[in-house]
Amino acid sequence: MTAAAVPGTPDAAFDRSLAAARRHGEAVIVPLGALVAGLLAFALFLGIVGRSPAEFYGLVYQAAYGSTFAWENTLARTAPLLLAALCTALPARLGMIMIGGEGAIVLGGVAAGIFAMLYPALPGVLGIGGMVAVAALAGGTWIGTIGFLRHLRGVNETIASLLMAYVAIALMNHLVEGPFRDAASLNKPSTAPLSDGFRIGTIPGLDVHWGLAIGIAACVLCWVLLERTTWGFAARIVGGNVRAAQVQGLPVGRLMVGFSVLGGACAGIAGMIEVAAVHGAANASLAAGYGYTGILIAFLARHHMLAILPVATLLAGFEAASGLVQRRMDLPDATVLVLQGMVFVALLAGEALHGRLAWFRAPGRQ
Amino acid sequence: MYRKRNRSRRDVLKATAGMAAVATAGTLMPWQVGRAASLTVGFIYVGPKDDYGYNQAHAEGAAALRSIEGVTLVEEENVSETVDVQKSMESMINFDGVTLLFPTSFGYFDPHILALAPGYPDLRFQHCGGLWTAGQHPTNVGSYFGYIGMGQYLNGIVAGHATTSGKIGFVAAKPIPQVLLNVNSFLLGARSVDSSITCQVIFTGEWSMPVKEAEATNALIDQGADVVTCHVDGPKVVMETAAGRGAWLCGYHANQAPLAPAQYLTGAEWNWAKVYQDMVAATLAGGTIDNFVRGGLAEGFIKMSPLGPAVSETARNHFEVARAEIMQGGFAVIRGPLKDNRGNVVAADGQSFAETDVALERMDYLVEGVIGSTS
Repeated sequence: MTAAAVPGTPDAAFDRSLAAARRHGEAVIVPLGALVAGLLAFALFLGIVGRSPAEFYGLVYQAAYGSTFAWENTLARTAPLLLAALCTALPARLGMIMIGGEGAIVLGGVAAGIFAMLYPALPGVLGIGGMVAVAALAGGTWIGTIGFLRHLRGVNETIASLLMAYVAIALMNHLVEGPFRDAASLNKPSTAPLSDGFRIGTIPGLDVHWGLAIGIAACVLCWVLLERTTWGFAARIVGGNVRAAQVQGLPVGRLMVGFSVLGGACAGIAGMIEVAAVHGAANASLAAGYGYTGILIAFLARHHMLAILPVATLLAGFEAASGLVQRRMDLPDATVLVLQGMVFVALLAGEALHGRLAWFRAPGRQ
Repeated sequence: MYRKRNRSRRDVLKATAGMAAVATAGTLMPWQVGRAASLTVGFIYVGPKDDYGYNQAHAEGAAALRSIEGVTLVEEENVSETVDVQKSMESMINFDGVTLLFPTSFGYFDPHILALAPGYPDLRFQHCGGLWTAGQHPTNVGSYFGYIGMGQYLNGIVAGHATTSGKIGFVAAKPIPQVLLNVNSFLLGARSVDSSITCQVIFTGEWSMPVKEAEATNALIDQGADVVTCHVDGPKVVMETAAGRGAWLCGYHANQAPLAPAQYLTGAEWNWAKVYQDMVAATLAGGTIDNFVRGGLAEGFIKMSPLGPAVSETARNHFEVARAEIMQGGFAVIRGPLKDNRGNVVAADGQSFAETDVALERMDYLVEGVIGSTS
């Protein structure tokens, strides 16, 4: 820090590592500061409407993070969000804004439900493996098609993926109410109930299904893929500057379609997990809005694969707390949406501060 | 929702000062009063509590419990039919000491309530609309529902008198038995006035899809329908759209008269207040609730909105006669000879299906005179 430090001395080494910590710290301290600012702004909002922010945050802590049950509640809600967020975050690293993960989720779920219906006698591993495969295929094809259209025809992937999500939900309704409806599902049209071998249980010692572990593993694997492989490096170059990538001779089209397929496959598997771990059959409950929450998480995590984990846990915690806040403080459900909105705006504003705060810059490079 | 109120700076300061005190008091105060005759009841809704429809009907029923001494009511709205509802139920159980739960959406039953109930054998889960089956479902789960098709039949009678075009319209969510029975009952009520009346039905495919509901309502009126009813979770959009087009309205789920007082004829409403008060009173008295409960107009499970100012004297008389007949119990809307709208016989001459007949809970047809298709 001091200009007097002589290079090569322990003092200088300490200064260098301190400067490095500062530079890396920017990625953590700025979003955390923004988060705190968002929470404070919401506290002000509560104060204006005459409610106690202390009570509110106390309840959020109690309901979302304050006990084993609270953590189970939060983590159970986190599980589907991880894979859903990947559907937006992966293509985003190549400069594509995919917001139609919901479509891939419902189609993945339906594909899994239909697979289980058609091959009920398959042994456990093959059954679940088959469901994962068809769900990944369904979701991957859906989002991959959008990536393909974007690359080949210049179709705007944001609009296309959003509209395709509605098509997917309509397709799901058609399939579960028409050709693949279980005749016994009278007032809630569904595919046939999954046999026990096709069900996914809970993680031992934790009342949360295996989807959580699969989601965490997927985030870590995607991080390795993006940050530690040549494919990931190529993908990041495409995201940074597509012209440069083309000039370098990178297979831009294949990368864009490939990462779209991968994102869609993640969302499809999220749908399969919903069917195999929660619903036990595919039906309209699959369209629960996880795909849309996933967009929010991906953006808040700045499309960083590992940052998805804490961000998803935070948002799921807000959701988990929503109930207790409604019950104890007599606040409407929309309160948590206001909180999410304020945090989101604060984080976006924090985004604008990146690279602008002198403190984070290495000394001597001002 | 917050009441609109102007707040002075002093109010804000007071609120800020009070925050710490409230927070401290909140943690010290016991949430449950440990008296013998006390009961904490939890309600969960799939949508907003003020949707002028399905959820509002339940929330009004729940609100009626506040007057019972010893009852604490906790509620949660907008809970989706996923693992969310399981965790919401457990949260109510763990944090609020709820022992009697009313998760009110149809989709909460299987798999969510069925998954949770065996782990809490001392608690009671009361579900609306499910078909609880002895030997197959946990004994601490119960299901209840009402014969609201009868209300749509009465709606149909008033609609039959009001229509001048001979065409009435129905905005429906999904072609499932409960909805089909309502559509058929609405038309058959109207046909008891004039056997040439037809009813056009449009299925939106979703329980709550306001844009499609508005489009469907407009389409019905464009095709000549001058009385409109619906079976979607929140009838507000249908009612307001139809009212804006000058059509007559028959309500559903809750009383929508405040949305268009001059054009609202009547409506088929749930009367959950009575059902919930009975169930809670039974629990407080140490008794049990039957696992499978059904009821209609006579049992007070459903009621009709007060007839609107536009209802004619003839219509009023016809309505009252039919209502009196239904109140005696065992009334059959579906009675032979009756064909579906594809020409198949659904009830032979002399055959009838009383409101209590479980065959009606498997209905898969639209009767002759209904224009539309189940698939």
